[in-house]
Order: sequence, then C-alpha cells, then structure tokens
Amino acid sequence: MSDLTDLTIAAARAGLDKKEFSAKELAEAHVSAIEAANDALNAYVLVTPDRALQMAAESDQRLAKGEGGALEGIPLGIKDLFCTEGVVTTACSKILEGFTPHYESTVTRNLWDAGAVMLGKLNNDEFAMGSSNETSAFGAVANPWRREGSDAKLVPGGSSGGSSAAVAANLCMGATGTDTGGSIRQPAALTGTVGLKPTYGRCSRWGIVAFASSLDQAGPFARTVEDAALLLNVMASHDPKDTTSVDAPVPDFTASLKDGVKGLTVGIPKEYRIDGLKPEIAKLWDQGVEWLKAAGATIKDVTLPHTKYALPSYYIVAPAEASSNLARYDGVRYGLRVDGDDVISMYENTREAGFGAEVKRRILIGTYVLSAGYYDAYYLKAQKVRTLIKRDFDQAFEDCDVILTPTTPGPAFAQGEISGDPLEMYLNDIFTVTVNMAGLPGISVPAGLSGEGTPLGLQLIGKPFDEATLLRAAQTIEEAAGPLKRPENWWTKAA
Amino acid sequence: MSVDRATVHRIAKLARIAITEEEAARLEGELSGILDWVAQLDEIDTGDVPPMTRVADMKMKMREDVVTDGNCADDIVANAPEADDDYFVVPKIVE
Repeated sequence: MSDLTDLTIAAARAGLDKKEFSAKELAEAHVSAIEAANDALNAYVLVTPDRALQMAAESDQRLAKGEGGALEGIPLGIKDLFCTEGVVTTACSKILEGFTPHYESTVTRNLWDAGAVMLGKLNNDEFAMGSSNETSAFGAVANPWRREGSDAKLVPGGSSGGSSAAVAANLCMGATGTDTGGSIRQPAALTGTVGLKPTYGRCSRWGIVAFASSLDQAGPFARTVEDAALLLNVMASHDPKDTTSVDAPVPDFTASLKDGVKGLTVGIPKEYRIDGLKPEIAKLWDQGVEWLKAAGATIKDVTLPHTKYALPSYYIVAPAEASSNLARYDGVRYGLRVDGDDVISMYENTREAGFGAEVKRRILIGTYVLSAGYYDAYYLKAQKVRTLIKRDFDQAFEDCDVILTPTTPGPAFAQGEISGDPLEMYLNDIFTVTVNMAGLPGISVPAGLSGEGTPLGLQLIGKPFDEATLLRAAQTIEEAAGPLKRPENWWTKAA
Repeated sequence: MSVDRATVHRIAKLARIAITEEEAARLEGELSGILDWVAQLDEIDTGDVPPMTRVADMKMKMREDVVTDGNCADDIVANAPEADDDYFVVPKIVE
C-alpha cells in the first residue's frame, strides 16, 4: 500500500469504510511523519499524539458499528488561532503563553463531531498578522517547496503558514485556517495547496482568537478542491453564539463539483492587471482564462474601479479593529503578566514584553486612527470605501457568476527577504484583500509553477454564499491544470 | 511626516504599550509611512456613500433574554496569572 499520508481525504474516508486500514493506522502514519519533519519545517507548534490516537481509537469503534461521520478518522491540523479545549492555544503570541481554553471553538467542535482527529496546533503569524509566518513567537515556518537548485528556505505564506506547509508536506490531510486579508489564499498559492475563504458569516467565529472582527473568517486547506468542499461541509454552520453567523442552509458543497463551467460566465477584472505585474503571473492568468473557456465558460471583461483602494482602506479597518480586540491582553485574565509599580505600568510592561513588533505596529496604527478627532477621517472613511468596493462587486456580478484573478503577485519568497519595509509585505495581499473587504467567498487553486519551480495559484471570487459555484469552477481549473508536481521531500530526517 | 515623536509616545500611552526612545524613533518613520500611504483614500469622494456596516443583508438577531451559561467561576479564573478565591488579583489601585 502506498503511504497513507499521501491519500486525499475523500480516498482515506472511502478506505476506512472498506476497512483497508484503520483510523489508528492513519493517525499513526501522520504522527510519525510529523515527528520526522517538524524540526525542519516548524509547521506544528504543538503536537498532540496521545489525543490523536485516542480520537482515532474512538473513530475505529464508530466505524466498526457503521456509525462513522463525514470526516470520521481523518487527521487534521488546527491553526493555533482556534481555541481547543484543554489544549494550549496561543495565537503564536508570547502574550498568550500557556493559555489553555476551557471551551472549544465552534468550527473545531463541528470537525470533532463529524469524527475528525486532531494532530496538533499549527504555526501562524502572531495574531494572524503577517504574510510570511515570520512574525510567529514560535519562529518561522519553512515552505516544503524550494527554488530549483537552491536550498534556501522559502516562506509558506501567511498568516496560516503552518497550515499550508503541513498540508503540502503531508503532515495532515487538511487543516483549518483563518483569512482576514488573504491569510488562507496567499499561503495556499505559495505551497501548491487549495485554500478557501468562505463568505463572511458562513463559518462561526466563536472561539477563534479575534484579529479584525468584520473581516475574519475561518476556512479549510486541502490538497484537492473536493477535499476542501468536504471540510467546508462540516466547518460551516449557523451558530447562535456568533451574531454574524448566517442562518442559511449549508448545501453539500461536493454535490455540484463535477458539473463543470458550461453555461457559467467568468469575469476578468482589468484592474488586477496592475503595473509591474510579473509576466509569469500574467501568463498563468491567461492560461486560466483559456482553461475555463475550453471547458465551456463564457469569458467577460468586468470592471472593479475601486480595487486600488482596497489595501489602503484595509490597513485602516484591520488595525483599528485589532487595537480594540487586543485591548483584552492586559496581564489580568490570562497569559503573560509582567509586574510594574502600579496597575498601569503592569499593563504597559506586559504588552511591551508580550507583543511582537508587527502586532505593536498595528495596535499603534489602530489606536491612532481611532483616537479623538481622527475617527471620521480614517475609520469612517475606510468603511465608506468598503461600500464602494462592495458595490463594484455587486455590479460585476450582474454580468458574471465568478471572477478569475491571480492569487498573489509572485511566488514564495525567501525567509528574511522582505522584512525591512512593512508596506512591501502588505502588498502581498493586493489581490486577496478586496474579497475580505466585500465579505465575499474566494478560493486559491494551484495552477502551475513559477520560473523558479515553485507553485503559483489562481484565485476565484464568488457571489455571497455561492461557494458551490466557486468550487465548481475551481474543480475545472484543477482538472485542466492536471496533476501538479509535488515538492521533493528534503525535510524528513531518518528514523 | 504625519506622525511626530510626541504623537508616537501619546498613542503608545493610549495603547498601554511601554516603548523605548529607540523604538519610538523607528515607529515614527514606519507609522508615518503607512499613514502617508493610506492618505491616497482622500482621492475618493465618499460624501454621500454610507459606511459599510454589514457584508450580508440580514436583520440583527435577537436572543431570548434568559440565562444560558454561568456558574463556571473556576473556568473563568483558571488561566489568570494571579487569582484568589474566584477573584482576579491586580496591583493595588486604590490607596
């Protein structure tokens, strides 16, 4: 039998039903893969092998009784932003050192209720603020992919860099991520994995460490579009504990996967053809257009005139909301405390020691734009620009069903390559952030390799709550792109 | 520079983050750079545009006014750096 860690979720689930292997064997295969790889990749910040084997044993019992759930026995990695009961959750920040939640996030609760098995907690940029996973208090994650002829470590994207690296390196069958400005789709593109950001409100935010509440949304990482659909089926739910969770039916997202794109209209927004767009990205985008056209879709030019304002308005809205959300880390109720002469200096010393440079920068920007006299000029203005961005999409979707763009402006960069100017890092989200500002669903699908031999992704953007059409179109791209190369295994140390 | 050194210190105070003079110097440039860049939003006339308050059109949900949770003081203080008999302990505030 081939390596169990190489299976898709769909194949593994079928294999479990046919008793070709047990959930215990599946969990063990992943636990040993992680053990041999994590020193090199640093994708997991906490591995929970005992819990994994215990959950797998329970899965085997349910499978024996014919009571297996949709994800019964499927080993998953969980981004460290999701609170997991009894398992340390830190958002990869020193300020949450040792925090052990006494509750379970709704999304992970849904996964465990469906029978999934937890392998551990995955690395991410501190509080999900970053595009390279280099701001994590646990250190950077290495992308399983390397440039041809080079052993320089590349970033796996961010903020969900542990998730993307773990899925790409077969250290889990799927993973959870969160996406505030591109934190699922950008790392997916940089690692050759599928990453889906659902419509805002599709998945409950309850129990997820908050970054920017009007933008944050949980979603899956997987190695195929079908697996992403299987995960979304379970992660999505209406949750009364999150007032922004939408009371809409959750369809079976796998049902229409094979319907193809015949009869669909795909919009191509000219504003994404930015100055200085890399030729290989332009070429990949054109290739995507050709694939969808060949599969029977109608291609239509659309216009999203406010695209260039999405990133600057994001860098008002996200830091503003972050500065409010992160006010709770004060050394009183959880995490780190650094003493001071009085209560104020205790707060100041705790937050000085507990937050990293990027988080501090964003809290300060947020504090500034929300400070007395500036609210209208910044936050209110940015929220008005958001309305314009949303209207652009509403207008475009009168003429098309999905929109196709590149996911990122380039392939994975090396660790330490972009660190001087924060703005340069922010530009990584230029194609993804519009989707968060408008609350829409978006997916990144692996579509080819760069000139450096590393993965590139195409992004599809859908209408609100129409993840089904998004996934259909994504499936078409996946099929047209054909089986893509996998990263060569350099990370496994000999047993 | 849209942010001067004094402003950096003022907002750090508001945000309750202790910063050194060295950090303040670095932040002065970084914050100004970011704020100068977002200033391009001034190009757009948003006079009659309403701010976005929700991404999907839905009514604000109301919940029953009933107790659904509670009696879990131990859980709540379990992660506190310092707690005493279901109370969070902080440095003395009132003399």
